[in-house]
Amino acid sequence: MEYINIFIKSAFIDNMVFTFFFGMCSYLAVSKTVKTATGLGAAVIFVLLITVPVNYLLETYVLKEGALWWLDGEGETYFAKQDLSFLSFIMFIAVIASIVQLVEMLVEKFSPALYGALGIFLPLIAVNCAILGASLFMQQKQFANIGEATVYGLGSGFGWFLAIVLIAAIREKIKYSHIPGPLKGVGMAFILTGLMGLAFLGFLGFEL
Amino acid sequence: MSEEKKSAPLFSKKNMALIKNPLNTINPVTIQVLGICSALAVTVQMDNAIVMSIAVMAVLVIGNVLVSLMRNIIPGRIRIIVQLVIVAFLVICVDQILKAYVYDVSKSLSVFVGLIITNCIIMGRLEAFALGNKPWASILDGVGNGFGYGLVLVVVAFFKEVFGSGTLTIPGLGKLTIVPESFYAMDYMDNGLMLLPPSSLFIVGIYIWVQKARNPELIGE
Repeated sequence: MEYINIFIKSAFIDNMVFTFFFGMCSYLAVSKTVKTATGLGAAVIFVLLITVPVNYLLETYVLKEGALWWLDGEGETYFAKQDLSFLSFIMFIAVIASIVQLVEMLVEKFSPALYGALGIFLPLIAVNCAILGASLFMQQKQFANIGEATVYGLGSGFGWFLAIVLIAAIREKIKYSHIPGPLKGVGMAFILTGLMGLAFLGFLGFEL
Repeated sequence: MSEEKKSAPLFSKKNMALIKNPLNTINPVTIQVLGICSALAVTVQMDNAIVMSIAVMAVLVIGNVLVSLMRNIIPGRIRIIVQLVIVAFLVICVDQILKAYVYDVSKSLSVFVGLIITNCIIMGRLEAFALGNKPWASILDGVGNGFGYGLVLVVVAFFKEVFGSGTLTIPGLGKLTIVPESFYAMDYMDNGLMLLPPSSLFIVGIYIWVQKARNPELIGE
């Protein structure tokens, strides 16, 4: 039950795009067609599903205050007193960059069409705020075990996927509408996202 | 890097354009659509927006200079990782400084200080400008883009805070009351929507609308 609650909370209530604006750059740039949006969304889910648990382990056993207790011998407390949390930014981003590299190689090998369609945005997942943001929120929320952290990563990724696929579908349709010239394209996408955000506010307080 | 550039004056027309253009015609946030995440999320209060802009500008300028100095020795294949490490190092410094001197703001910015690392403006400028230009031009480019980013943040924060809570929090001056008490006595109410996340999207959308309507040459597609 706890897992389902975490999933719903991270996917709908604290949706990455509508509540925290994570990953807005690629969200706006790749949401012109549903097909590429689905591809990028799936890539984000996959990367989050791996990076959040890995960073959770890193946080619990290396970075947190007192996390290094396992290095101490019997009766010593030297390592347990160290607090390496100031290093978390650089450690998290290193993990993310290497995992993204891996995903990029896999996609290039198994789906060249998707690789061509995503173009520059696949390597840029490394600098997608959604990925680092999820890890930093995971650190802030202090989950009890790795299962909760994994579900959190999955839920956040799913929320992001949902958001980008929805806006891509709307943008495909709205191409044929009559929009004032200066508002066409990015401007309208912003306002649409705002409206979708209002709709998602309806999930507030929802709990199983 | 041509020779005649060396003798150009420090504030030549070309160099000034590096500062001026990002404010309007190539604004990183509204026109190039980069670095939106933090621009939208930290704008509930004016002081957060100002501190965030200064932090981003500092990282951008110093990062630009470092990358520009090292541009000839960074191997092309691993340049993204090198840039990430430089930026992450700078952001750790900024984070520690913020925690030491403006703890309250640092608390309310929460994870968004860390997210400067993945701010697309910074990676974009390092990749597109600093890797191919001299340090001085890179400093100006950093300052210009920093101001372009800050401008949007301050505008969004102004509307959100004035209409959302009737105040304006400016660093050094504290919380100023903008909407007078007599307004509230006449049944004026703060707009609660302005404090919610979607309102920043509306404000930026309208900002883009106004900006493009004033500069019709920006309407592409």
